[in-house]
Amino acid sequence: MKERKIRVLIAKPGLDGHDRGAKVIAASLRDAGMEVIYAGLRQTPEMIVEASLQEDVDVIGLSILSGAHMTIFPRVLELMRENGMDDVLLTGGGIISEEDIQKLEKMGTGKLFGPGTNTNDIVAYIKEWCEKNRRAVEKEEVDS
Amino acid sequence: MTPNDLLKRFFGGDRRALARLISIVENEDPRADSFLNEIYDHLKGAYRIGITGPPGAGKSTIVDRLVQNCRQAGKTVGVIAVDPSSPFTGGALLGDRVRMTKTELDPDVFIRSMATRGSLGGLSKAAQDVADVMDAFGKHVIFLETVGVGQSELDIIRTADATVVVLVPESGDSVQAMKAGLMEIGDIFVLNKSDRQGADLAYLEIQSVLQLKPVRGEWRPPVLQTVADDGKGIDELFRKLQDFYHYQKERNILSQKFQERVENRVRRYLEEQILRKYWSPETEKQFQRSLKAILERKKSLRQVLKEFAP
Repeated sequence: MKERKIRVLIAKPGLDGHDRGAKVIAASLRDAGMEVIYAGLRQTPEMIVEASLQEDVDVIGLSILSGAHMTIFPRVLELMRENGMDDVLLTGGGIISEEDIQKLEKMGTGKLFGPGTNTNDIVAYIKEWCEKNRRAVEKEEVDS
Repeated sequence: MTPNDLLKRFFGGDRRALARLISIVENEDPRADSFLNEIYDHLKGAYRIGITGPPGAGKSTIVDRLVQNCRQAGKTVGVIAVDPSSPFTGGALLGDRVRMTKTELDPDVFIRSMATRGSLGGLSKAAQDVADVMDAFGKHVIFLETVGVGQSELDIIRTADATVVVLVPESGDSVQAMKAGLMEIGDIFVLNKSDRQGADLAYLEIQSVLQLKPVRGEWRPPVLQTVADDGKGIDELFRKLQDFYHYQKERNILSQKFQERVENRVRRYLEEQILRKYWSPETEKQFQRSLKAILERKKSLRQVLKEFAP
């Protein structure tokens, strides 16, 4: 079997058109050898989860600059649970206060990143998470 | 999910199971063979439509529109959208979904982006198997969108029942040069963005190149003008695709194509397996030694070839 590629969906929910950040992240993840599905602008939580389900991604990454993060992240988490996507990482970044980051991470998102984050840190975080998570899933499959 | 669970859910119409099965096939997971065996009996003969053409011609937008037409006709749809993998990092940016938003939350439309993962023919190696998986799941129509192609990435003809070649007015000048390759494989030609300057001239050029082509059978590939962005010409394209389906069905061409496809795939698979068997790690070592000998001019290239394939 060949090395399994990490698949990531990158989307930018919300109504503003500032997708520069999402594109920079998408390009960095690609350059790190991942397959990045770029879903683009103005995505609703429903669209994001449906696309992620079809694409069977390991990771969903959201860029939120509009201040709507306390609505969007919980809703995406909820839809992921409804669809049994408990082996998928939800991460992201944008203009989010430290306080809100802590709240969201407690709700079940992965690490969230603020402005000025080095893209290498995000790459490293995703790689590490996938390695750990996949091993757990494979073990589960062998056990069952 | 155990393998049995997965199959049960797949045949029960669970989209997540479909997504997972596609990954297993695409990743050449050890379980792929047994899954593909299981589903083979369930192939229903979906209409496989290939969409190809140069980068930026509007392939994804056309697929998006055609999917709408299919849904209005009551057909369920699968889409396989292929984008290139980087030969340097192996990574890929798969962006076709951005243009496929018309039927986004329709549960009977399943879109899957795939990276070429080293294949050079414009599709990914697993594309055929993935189309089978979608077929067995019950999709009536499957669109296979290739990467943006030049002249020689023509795997699509061995994969699809109908091939649509999408060109734009700017392709006009190069149509002459494309006489071989892309201009030979279309069952239907589309001149998209035909509201742009130069469209009429490009249309005539495509027509004249096609007229020089020897006709196989009675089907003469039509040339259609579209503006996919606002939907102009798409209904006509959809009708032509239906016509072509019936044309082939009545003449048994579809089952002929199916046979050819099967033969081709078995051959390719065998070639790969034989190479894998023949090319052991030991052979690879020997090959490296011989390579060194060639570079040091102790042996000629041909001598080494003889050693490996006497």
